[in-house]
Amino acid sequence: MSVANATIDPIPGTYIFDGELALRGYALNKMCYSFNDAASREEFRRDEDAYCAKFGLNEEQRAAIRNRDVLAMLASGGNVYYLAKFAGIFGLGVQDIGAQQTGMTLDAFRAKLAAAAH
Amino acid sequence: MATLVGGVCTSHIPAIGNAIARGLEDEPYWRPFFAGYPPVRKWLEATRPDVAVVIYNDHGLNFFLDNLPTFAVGAAQQYSNADEGWGLPTLAPYPGDPRFSWHIIESLVRDEFDVATCQEMRVDHAFTVPQALLWPGGTRPVRTVPIAVNTVQHPLPTPARCFKLGQALGRAIASYPDNSRVVAIATGGLSHQLDGERAGFINKQFDLMCLDKIVEDPHALTQYSIHDLVRLAGTQGVELIMWLVLRGAMTTRVRQLHRHYHIPVSNTAAGLLLLENAA
Repeated sequence: MSVANATIDPIPGTYIFDGELALRGYALNKMCYSFNDAASREEFRRDEDAYCAKFGLNEEQRAAIRNRDVLAMLASGGNVYYLAKFAGIFGLGVQDIGAQQTGMTLDAFRAKLAAAAH
Repeated sequence: MATLVGGVCTSHIPAIGNAIARGLEDEPYWRPFFAGYPPVRKWLEATRPDVAVVIYNDHGLNFFLDNLPTFAVGAAQQYSNADEGWGLPTLAPYPGDPRFSWHIIESLVRDEFDVATCQEMRVDHAFTVPQALLWPGGTRPVRTVPIAVNTVQHPLPTPARCFKLGQALGRAIASYPDNSRVVAIATGGLSHQLDGERAGFINKQFDLMCLDKIVEDPHALTQYSIHDLVRLAGTQGVELIMWLVLRGAMTTRVRQLHRHYHIPVSNTAAGLLLLENAA
C-alpha cells in the first residue's frame, strides 16, 4: 500500500499525496481547484486574504500562499495538480516551480533536465 | 464487430499544446520532439479509425477530491475543454459516442470493473494534446470515448489492475456489434516529477526499459507497485499505468510500428509508441 510505503519507505524529496495529506490539504486544494475558472482567479487577485479565508485555509497554508512557497504548500497538504493552477495566476509554469523547489535558477534547472538525455 | 486497429501511447505535456498554438514546431527546442509524430499521422491517414478510446488522467479539471473515481468512463454527446487555470487556448468540443460508451460501461461492469459513468466531463490537456499531435489543425475526425484513471489521490490503481482493466476493455471493444474501427490512445509519461525537492527527476534507462517491455513483455511491468513507479519514474511518471491499460487491450503479441523518445519536453521525458495487434 502506498500509504504504508510513504511512511516506511520514503522517497527523498518526494510527497505521496495519500489520505493523510489529502485530509490536511483539502481547503488549500479546493481553493486552487477553483482557479480553473477565470472569475475565481480574478477574485483571488482582488483580495488574496479574503479569498483564502473564504475557503478556510489554516495559518500555515495562508503563509505558504502569501510567500508563494511551493514546498510549504506541499507540506501543508497541497497537491501539485491544483497548486499548478495557483502558479498559473502568476504566469509560472512547472519549470519555474521546479527551480523554486530545488533551489536552483531557472537556467540551472533547465540544464539539469537537458542533461538527463545523456 | 468493432475492430481495434491499433494503439498509440504518447506523452501529453501541456507545453506541447502551447507550442502548437504558437506555431513553434520547427524551433530548435521543439523540432526533435515533433519529428516523432509524422509516421503516426501517416498510419492514421491510412488506417482511418472512426472512434478513439482515450485513456488518460485528469489533472484536476473535471474531478476534485470531493468525489474522485479510480476509473471513469465518459458517456456524453460531446466533451468540452477549458483553460485549466493557465489561460491555455480553449479548443472546440470533442464529439462523443454515447452508444459505444454505454457498451463499454456495460461490458466493463459485467467484467467486475465498477467504473464511474460521466454524462458531463470536461477534458484536459491529457485528452486534447495527444489528439492535436495525431490530427493536427484542430480537425475532429474521430468520435471519442474518454476513460480517466486516477493519478491524483493515492492509493492509485496498481499497474497489474490497470493491465487487467485493459484486458476487459479489449473484450468490450471486440464485442461491440458495430463495424467501427477503433484506435486506443493512452496518454502520459514517461518519467517526470513536478513536485518536491526531487522535482526535475528523469530516468532515461528506466523509460527505455519500459518502452521495450510494453511491447514485448508488459507482464514484467505489472510486477511493480505504484510506489516502485514513483521511485523509478517520478511522482508523475506513474502515468505509465495508462500505457498498461492500452497494452492490456491489445493481443498477447503486438507489432511495434513506430517508437520515439525525447528528453526533455518541459520537465518530462517524452515517449511515443505505435502498436498493432499481432496475434
